[in-house]
Amino acid sequence: MKVAVITFPGSNCDRDLAVAFGQAGAEVVRVWHKDTELPAGTDVVGLPGGFSYGDYLRCGAIAARSPIGTAIAAHAKAGGYVLGICNGFQVLLEMGLLPGALLRNAGLKFLCKPVTLNVASTDSAFTSGYAAGAQIRIPIAHHDGNFTADADTVARLQGDGRVAFTYAQNPNGSDGDIAGILSENRRVLGMMPHPERAMEAAHGSADGRALFASLIGAFVPG
Amino acid sequence: MKMRVIVTLKPGVLDPQGEAVRHALGSLGFEGVNKVRQGKMIELDLAETDPTRAEEQARAMCEKLLANTVIESYVLEPLEG
Repeated sequence: MKVAVITFPGSNCDRDLAVAFGQAGAEVVRVWHKDTELPAGTDVVGLPGGFSYGDYLRCGAIAARSPIGTAIAAHAKAGGYVLGICNGFQVLLEMGLLPGALLRNAGLKFLCKPVTLNVASTDSAFTSGYAAGAQIRIPIAHHDGNFTADADTVARLQGDGRVAFTYAQNPNGSDGDIAGILSENRRVLGMMPHPERAMEAAHGSADGRALFASLIGAFVPG
Repeated sequence: MKMRVIVTLKPGVLDPQGEAVRHALGSLGFEGVNKVRQGKMIELDLAETDPTRAEEQARAMCEKLLANTVIESYVLEPLEG
């Protein structure tokens, strides 16, 4: 299976994301923001963390409207998989592929530390490798991770099992302790924590591996 | 003609930055500041000279890019000169 990892000017987790997908067994193609098409046969698009376009205007706003953005939206709308991490999550919200928005952290500080997440839904290719109710350690590194949406939207996400991860201790003021959410077809995941930074013991946690392994596993026939 | 765009968080949306500014004002001795809401101002210098069409253009720009209408609202002000 083939993964396209997108690089915007200011992306800084793109290589880590490519390595994580590669370790999990995917063929990884790096794609530049000025490209207008995804490589033929792309199964999964990876939107990395970082500061795309310097976070100008709003985090992820310019990247969402970049030349490759149209191709990513078409891929998602055709049922393709997309994983957006941190700035990638912000881009997905700005594209309208996931509901809600991310505000400045409630405490106004840039937060960079490992946190404990609850796996709130195992019903997706991204989370099926975790045990129901599992707690995992994954680092966060963001200034604008305060998830907000109107009460109806939050209730719908929770009711439909579209909250993939919640924070065990809410670090940023997110509504419903939400750390990551799924699209209606459960093939687009946006999350603030960085699973690609928790891939081996030397990282302090290897709890991110199951996410990449289960996603890649979804494409193995049989 | 020139258009000014003011983008602010919608009334129900918490504004942690505005709240921090309010606290700072209080610590400087400015009393009675009940609320601070922070936003951004964008000036557009448009080739369009007709005010109605210029406003239409600016509105489309706001809807597509300048504001995130999930959390932000905007107002347009035509500028002299």
